[in-house]
Amino acid sequence: MSVDLLTLLAILAMTAATVLTRISGLFLIRHVSLEGSRRKAIESIPPAVLMAVVAPTAFATGIAETIACAVTAFAALRLPMLVSVALGVVSVAILRAFGL
Amino acid sequence: MTENTKLQDFLGGIRSIAPLIAAVIPIGLVFGAVAATKGLSPTETGLMSALVFAGGSQFVAMDIWTHPASWAGVGFAALLVNIRHVLMSASLATKMEGFSPRSRFASMLFLADEIWAMAEFRARVATLTPAWFAGLVAPFYLAWVISGVAGVTAGAFLGDPVVLGLDFAFPAVFIVLVMGFWKGPETGAVLLVSGAAAVATQHFVPGVWYIAAGAIAGLLTALVAGNREKQEVAS
Repeated sequence: MSVDLLTLLAILAMTAATVLTRISGLFLIRHVSLEGSRRKAIESIPPAVLMAVVAPTAFATGIAETIACAVTAFAALRLPMLVSVALGVVSVAILRAFGL
Repeated sequence: MTENTKLQDFLGGIRSIAPLIAAVIPIGLVFGAVAATKGLSPTETGLMSALVFAGGSQFVAMDIWTHPASWAGVGFAALLVNIRHVLMSASLATKMEGFSPRSRFASMLFLADEIWAMAEFRARVATLTPAWFAGLVAPFYLAWVISGVAGVTAGAFLGDPVVLGLDFAFPAVFIVLVMGFWKGPETGAVLLVSGAAAVATQHFVPGVWYIAAGAIAGLLTALVAGNREKQEVAS
């Protein structure tokens, strides 16, 4: 049950940084008007953020990861989320076992 | 709104997040196991998961963890990894008309990627309500904190997550969600630019700048495309 003081400080710094990013969007939209093309740009945020997070895994990590990403994406066209994710995880495990 | 519809909404939120809970538990276990190798106690690990509640930045923190801990180093890294939350909360806030200012603020404190993505998804077909959002948050938050503590306690018994492919669960969830946000060629352009910018940045710039770089590049693409469309209509 030990908590190191410097560790606690580090956790609190991370918390402050994260909370800041989470609430600042609320203040941002209060000061920026959201009409027409800006509104459209806001709608593009979800795919843009998600893509930025996964792109290095999908295209620049290894063949196993790239293939597994493709498998997951194709599965997602037809299958429920959990099944698609499971297929992706299983394919990456198998491909890595083959040394890809 | 009556108590009954509130309960229905809350349960609806739980149903929506259920598959992601199945995906986040292994990630939480892995996080705990990694934290154990860095010398964090179960209390410290639980505290971090409960207060920070942002998987990506917690993994990055473990990556650069030192003894004694450097609050400036991990704090800045968390800011960098989580800067995408600024865009995410701005986007989601425009879909929270039914929330009081206070509950909007409270909801934003729990804006993890998965919760945000499910809420954005829901907002396309229905009006978001605080009760539904709480249904997303409560089980997901508990699953993240508990699985992290379980992971640090079980430690080395878990085996290598990379061999099992479990590290891939998180990107796989994101890929499924990306596919769901497809709205036509404009989305294709945004994805292409965002992905290319992220890969290029990750290749040339050390650290986690790639997330912010890709997200902003994608956003700019949408802005440019939107302006061009407006000019065509005007001329």
